[in-house]
Amino acid sequence: MSGSNSPKSVRTPLGRVRGLGSSHSGTSDFWRQRLTAVAMLLLLIPVIFIVMSLLRSNQAGAAQVLGTPLVAIIMLLFIVASVWHMKIGMQVVIEDYVHDEKIKLISIIGNNFFSAAVALASIYAILKLSSGV
Amino acid sequence: MAEFALPKNSKITGGKEWPKPAGATQTREFRVYRWNPDDGKNPSVDTYHIDTNDCGPMVLDGLIWIKNNIDPTLTFRRSCREGVCGSCAMNIDGQNTLACTRAMDEVDDGAIKVNPLPHQPVVKDLVPDLTNFYAQYASIEPWLKTTTPTPQKEWKQSHSDREKLDGLYECILCACCSTSCPSYWWNSDRFLGPAALLQATRWVKDSRDEATGERLDNLEDPFRLYRCHTIMNCAKACPKGLNPSEAIAELKMKMVERQV
Repeated sequence: MSGSNSPKSVRTPLGRVRGLGSSHSGTSDFWRQRLTAVAMLLLLIPVIFIVMSLLRSNQAGAAQVLGTPLVAIIMLLFIVASVWHMKIGMQVVIEDYVHDEKIKLISIIGNNFFSAAVALASIYAILKLSSGV
Repeated sequence: MAEFALPKNSKITGGKEWPKPAGATQTREFRVYRWNPDDGKNPSVDTYHIDTNDCGPMVLDGLIWIKNNIDPTLTFRRSCREGVCGSCAMNIDGQNTLACTRAMDEVDDGAIKVNPLPHQPVVKDLVPDLTNFYAQYASIEPWLKTTTPTPQKEWKQSHSDREKLDGLYECILCACCSTSCPSYWWNSDRFLGPAALLQATRWVKDSRDEATGERLDNLEDPFRLYRCHTIMNCAKACPKGLNPSEAIAELKMKMVERQV
């Protein structure tokens, strides 16, 4: 970065560092990312068994497996945990690499919408199959 | 977006090969980053050969030998030559470290490649502009904050509380850790970086300080603190053997502790 040491504004370095101040947030996302990671770790083994049992079955067979309340609940928990984890993880990537404020805002909105859509579609599918409607 | 390539005016072009010292029986090759703000040229890498029989063992000794015997225009910071002041922090053979405590023998055979600390504006040659780094240190307010009236004698601290500052107080603010951190490269305008956060931990853990909550308030931010993704380049780079990554993890634990 040779030659770029001429300051962009005459604001003091400390003023620039303090910027808009601390947002007093971030801990919830940090905590939830770990929480969902542990949840996924615990749920992964039953989910693998469930998915394997669904592999060669048709829709009726899948509806029968997912009709068991415990199976449906495990799948729902797994979806909530994994989509939440995915949403937080993607947000971290966006914050790391996208520096243009407008593009960042649009990306974060898109990430929220996408995650909500994936979660709701999956939950709807499981509820529909498990209730046999 | 994050920068994956150097700006046009920072691309390294050519470089001068200086002749080997006359009469030297044992030499070591140095390839040193050069950039002069006054000549309008791109940076280059100059090649020097030092007479190891006439020179001390450390990389800094080599640089001083070059400055005294070959090229007096070579510019770098140095002061204590014993790893206390942190002035001669630079990138040696791909690793941020202090030139005064890194022996030439410790660097693999071949040329010793010397560059300024990565991803900082360069003032000249091996001198980075650390203005932002120092301002970030100032922003964590590295002094004792108390409300209780100052005692007649000193603020007391038990031996066990004092021991909690071990591994933190030794930091010499050389900037090796922060400038080795990819998160700091991408977001140094908002992420405080490992050095400032290690120092913040030092004051958060100080039993005599009465502003712990206020300090945590100022750090609780997705950018100031949570850009740290435990990459751990900081711990690998630290020439004093400290672990900023662990200090940051302690800060995050304290954040959770006061919420959960």
